[in-house]
Amino acid sequence: MTDSKYFTTTKKGEIFELKAELNSDKKEKKKEAVKKVIASMTVGKDVSALFPDVVNCMQTDNLELKKLVYLYLMNYAKSQPDMAIMAVNTFVKDCEDPNPLIRALAVRTMGCIRVDKITEYLCEPLRKCLKDEDPYVRKTAAVCVAKLHDINAQLVEDQGFLDTLKDLISDSNPMVVANAVAALSEIAESHPSSNLLDLNPQSINKLLTALNECTEWGQIFILDCLANYMPKDDREAQSICERVTPRLSHANSAVVLSAVKVLMKFMEMLSKDLDYYGTLLKKLAPPLVTLLSAEPELQYVALRNINLIVQKRPEILKHEMKVFFVKYNDPIYVKLEKLDIMIRLASQANIAQVLAELKEYATEVDVDFVRKAVRAIGRCAIKVEQSAERCVSTLLDLIQTKVNYVVQEAIVVIKDIFRKYPNKYESVIATLCENLDSLDEPEARAAMIWIVGEYAERIDNADELLESFLEGFHDESTQVQLQLLTAIVKLFLKKPTETQELVQQVLSLATQDSDNPDLRDRGYIYWRLLSTDPVAAKEVVLAEKPLISEETDLIEPTLLDELICYIGTLASVYHKPPSAFVEGGRGVVHKSLPPRTASSESAESPETAPTGAPPGEQPDVIPAQGDLLGDLLNLDLGPPVSGPPLATSSVQMGAVDLLGGGLDSLMGDEPEGIGGTNFVAPPTAAVPANLGAPIGSGLSDLFDLTSGVGTLSGSYVAPKAVWLPAMKAKGLEISGTFTRQVGSISMDLQLTNKALQVMTDFAIQFNRNSFGLAPAAPLQVHAPLSPNQTVEISLPLSTVGSVMKMEPLNNLQVAVKNNIDVFYFSTLYPLHILFVEDGKMDRQMFLATWKDIPNENEAQFQIRDCPLNAEAASSKLQSSNIFTVAKRNVEGQDMLYQSLKLTNGIWVLAELRIQPGNPSCTDLELSLKCRAPEVSQHVYQAYETILKN
Amino acid sequence: MIGGLFIYNHKGEVLISRVYRDDIGRNAVDAFRVNVIHARQQVRSPVTNIARTSFFHVKRSNIWLAAVTKQNVNAAMVFEFLYKMCDVMAAYFGKISEENIKNNFVLIYELLDEILDFGYPQNSETGALKTFITQQGIKSQTKEEQSQITSQVTGQIGWRREGIKYRRNELFLDVLESVNLLMSPQGQVLSAHVSGRVVMKSYLSGMPECKFGMNDKIVIEKQGKGTADETSKRCLRQESCGKQSIAIDDCTFHQCVRLSKFDSERSISFIPPDGEFELMRYRTTKDIILPFRVIPLVREVGRTKLEVKVVIKSNFKPSLLAQKIEVRIPTPLNTSGVQVICMKGKAKYKASENAIVWKIKRMAGMKESQISAEIELLPTNDKKKWARPPISMNFEVPFAPSGLKVRYLKVFEPKLNYSDHDVIKWVRYIGRSGIYETRC
Repeated sequence: MTDSKYFTTTKKGEIFELKAELNSDKKEKKKEAVKKVIASMTVGKDVSALFPDVVNCMQTDNLELKKLVYLYLMNYAKSQPDMAIMAVNTFVKDCEDPNPLIRALAVRTMGCIRVDKITEYLCEPLRKCLKDEDPYVRKTAAVCVAKLHDINAQLVEDQGFLDTLKDLISDSNPMVVANAVAALSEIAESHPSSNLLDLNPQSINKLLTALNECTEWGQIFILDCLANYMPKDDREAQSICERVTPRLSHANSAVVLSAVKVLMKFMEMLSKDLDYYGTLLKKLAPPLVTLLSAEPELQYVALRNINLIVQKRPEILKHEMKVFFVKYNDPIYVKLEKLDIMIRLASQANIAQVLAELKEYATEVDVDFVRKAVRAIGRCAIKVEQSAERCVSTLLDLIQTKVNYVVQEAIVVIKDIFRKYPNKYESVIATLCENLDSLDEPEARAAMIWIVGEYAERIDNADELLESFLEGFHDESTQVQLQLLTAIVKLFLKKPTETQELVQQVLSLATQDSDNPDLRDRGYIYWRLLSTDPVAAKEVVLAEKPLISEETDLIEPTLLDELICYIGTLASVYHKPPSAFVEGGRGVVHKSLPPRTASSESAESPETAPTGAPPGEQPDVIPAQGDLLGDLLNLDLGPPVSGPPLATSSVQMGAVDLLGGGLDSLMGDEPEGIGGTNFVAPPTAAVPANLGAPIGSGLSDLFDLTSGVGTLSGSYVAPKAVWLPAMKAKGLEISGTFTRQVGSISMDLQLTNKALQVMTDFAIQFNRNSFGLAPAAPLQVHAPLSPNQTVEISLPLSTVGSVMKMEPLNNLQVAVKNNIDVFYFSTLYPLHILFVEDGKMDRQMFLATWKDIPNENEAQFQIRDCPLNAEAASSKLQSSNIFTVAKRNVEGQDMLYQSLKLTNGIWVLAELRIQPGNPSCTDLELSLKCRAPEVSQHVYQAYETILKN
Repeated sequence: MIGGLFIYNHKGEVLISRVYRDDIGRNAVDAFRVNVIHARQQVRSPVTNIARTSFFHVKRSNIWLAAVTKQNVNAAMVFEFLYKMCDVMAAYFGKISEENIKNNFVLIYELLDEILDFGYPQNSETGALKTFITQQGIKSQTKEEQSQITSQVTGQIGWRREGIKYRRNELFLDVLESVNLLMSPQGQVLSAHVSGRVVMKSYLSGMPECKFGMNDKIVIEKQGKGTADETSKRCLRQESCGKQSIAIDDCTFHQCVRLSKFDSERSISFIPPDGEFELMRYRTTKDIILPFRVIPLVREVGRTKLEVKVVIKSNFKPSLLAQKIEVRIPTPLNTSGVQVICMKGKAKYKASENAIVWKIKRMAGMKESQISAEIELLPTNDKKKWARPPISMNFEVPFAPSGLKVRYLKVFEPKLNYSDHDVIKWVRYIGRSGIYETRC
């Protein structure tokens, strides 16, 4: 008898027939009917109408039939909740069955029925099953707690199931332990703050013991859980590593990868001088290589992970190049990943072999693979200097094949080689030029144009070549247009006499006929440069380019560290943090590697999932970027610039002002003619505010406030806090504080480049805020910020920007831009930077005002534990522009009457009560009166900060 | 964890659909069909993300198995589970085909219910599963039987049941190796490795404790540190064997092997499952005996003719015989005719496979044979050059190309009265070609 016949019945009146069969007296017929129902369900037919009839078959001693009915129930209970209640009795009865298999089946199925009313009935049987004498029932019940938690988390907590589940971690049966660990780990993920798993040395020891005894799947659950633990010192880390390493020889690749994850993570804590560290490194390589003999799908997962491991610890696999050679019949996804790793492992020692392989691959069939192979040759040239010459000649050989996409890809990488080794391989340009006509991809065209522009002086017909591209200027992609514009300007600067027409043509094409703002802006900048100061133009356009870095496609280090914590999981396959592809709050707990310790004795108990940011002050990072982005786009960039920029001089925004003024003076000069060319300034020009990096640099000295002023006097300056962690800003870390010195406010910034590439083109912008804070000058970063470099910058601020009330009042939203991206963060500024120097009120005025302000505007605060006398407090406050108007002594208490004024003219009056004679009472009482009572809270905070520091 | 599991036929029709998690909707079934099975392009990755839902798939003949999830699951585990599921199904009803799946869909649902609970893989050893998922309805099991089943399914030794009895205690060890080679046209070894498996068939009574020993370099050297007397004796013995110990790059073991013991003492001890299982896998790269050498010579004569000459040389003891030798010489796509001359075996041009296939039934060691062919080409205006795929080879030899030797397999069963000497043991070595390619 075969079951396939159930798939074929598709006649009319089928449901009716089934109904009759289900209610048949004959057991066999009943079972047949249920099978038909399940088959229909599988192929997607709706058989929910049969619900009561199927449920009627539930009371049976035939286990097979019972399982089928349960399967039906799990599928349709949700659509028929009332009917599903009918099944409850059977479930409860089954949970008491003498046969443990039936007890387990009942509790397993009940957990899958997502109907509230049923869940209520589930609690009692579940409680019993969690303490069942049979381990098979207990292990099923453990998973059931996770199911119930998914349906109703509150219920699980109220019923105390979590504690029972925790107890199961000490169960005598390893499989019960493993399932309990799995269930707890999943529940803990949805409650990141709770200390559900409560990992401590004792429980870790239990897990490590269970690890030796449970099934392969259980070992995975336990290892994944262990990876979340943070050992207290390097000794503990080492002892866990020692007990985990045997897992590296398991036949199940997932066990191996999870063990690798634990080791990679805990290795961070071991000192590199330790013998054990070296042993561990050696032990990691063979199992990783063995993963490559698994089935192709697993190879793919392994390769994606190896890619991460090679970036984190290149020393592990540096001698294993050969195993990554591509096999002819590897699936394409395995081939592409292997290629990636080959490039990462390429070094002087193995480059000859690698190149021979890559050349072989470049003749394969799969287009993507061939392209990647060609690109890889270029990357080898850049990475291993000694091989550059051979790479170039290999690429030339490939160009000779005339295979279209090979040629294009080769030209793109040759451009990079030119950038890395300028003036070395120009001899090949002639060959490249021969293939000009076959280039139809934007990237290849742009690369070729760049080469022509860069080496214009050595290519006799450079102008002809570029002119030929210019004909179809508007049909080109932006990439090509931009490149063409730059190349022609370069050409003009190198051979001014012959190419005037060409350059005029491209400038007008870019500025007048294009609606792409980037292109237009670049056009205007070139135009203006050429028309005002060709010498400067030459310096800017033909400036020496920074060498391109060797590794351009490395994963950003903070992300890499996070991904190492996710080895083996989907995150490591996608190379994205879980938050990028998991919905909702689940699994988005940020993980990071443990800090390296040198046998520290710190008794702190680390959290299960430590956060990467240092504890303590952390700025509020704006949660929803969307809103802010919209807001920032509406920023007032000063008055709209109309007419030629010559007219814009008195503007608020520093950036615009500078650029305008700078150009103004530049344009006043006589143009030093090149062959008497007369440039007409472009008719209309909307100069973007923040693009002026090269232009404004001459004026930067003026605003260089960092040195010199220092902390002479002035108001209290808080220590710098991290405002924008590197995690959130692709490697740029910003910390800073606010200062006020002799009347001027500034924002002291410290920019640190924690990425691998050089950062340039910094600019800063504030969102509208309560007190109109705005940068008074552009952000001046002189040199490009190279990796691991830190610069200190003082950014002068003005308070004449546009005003919008923020919540909280002193919230400041900031956008920082560099060549990589735009980043947003928000920070709170202390209010005392806004206290002005002329904030002293005279006595009469004070009295009158105090009376005048209604009492409901008065706010009272206490400043605790501040053992200062009146004089000390008064002088401390005065340095921050809080002025004492009068002083009285009432009943042994010193009363200070003080005034201060904010930059926007709001007066705040204060009464400070000090009890100097009473050492037991060191609290100060502060009453504030102000017409704008919302500032009081922040003024109080300012008082507190000033007095306590 | 795994949110659901689907099985499709080659047309994308659902054969089995089991959803474990609430976040997986019915549309997930269709999403995979539309985006992967019916996709026009070749599959570019075994993991696909469609609208924040991740699909893992494997294919067995023309059946697609897909696991689906919305969480950050352990990806390696999901694939291991899918393979395991294929093994379990194969153990129950043989080949995984559309017909077999349709015929056994009730069984498959029952299995899926047992081996995957809320998406967590559970015990999936066929030995254990077969004791209680029988498709026989409920058997009138006694209380003892029931608790035996549950303790086995959840227990430390989940892969073996108690109370097994054989009249004759017997075991078979197969050392199966596949030797992989990539050679340049000039005869330079670009990469070579052996991946081997030790497969054991055990028919032993009770709960036997086994210890397996082989000529692992690390073990031999460790023992060599014993008394000088012993060392010299061993040296003598090894010299008579010819090949000494071998260096194993890495090995992995069936879950019955005590890994911590292997880690500390490098001894392989275990209680085996009943019947056939894979005891270990290993990989070696040093001192591999390459059973054959392929020497290709390809000459392009003008634009329409290709001359190919291939010599193969066998490189092992003359007393041994290699079998099932097959050399596959790729031909260009525009081949119009082929003339082949070979001294030994049979050679044929197979147009459908774009290759000349040369088969030799048997060949002794230290021999040489050659084939020459003339390939006529149609003139084409295809600019792209022929990629010249490598010449591949298949064969089977009765020795282990890695040099691995089984030294002993000791059996202890303290409770029953049979000793190691009473067990009949068989050892067999088979070396097969893996990917054995020579570029031309």
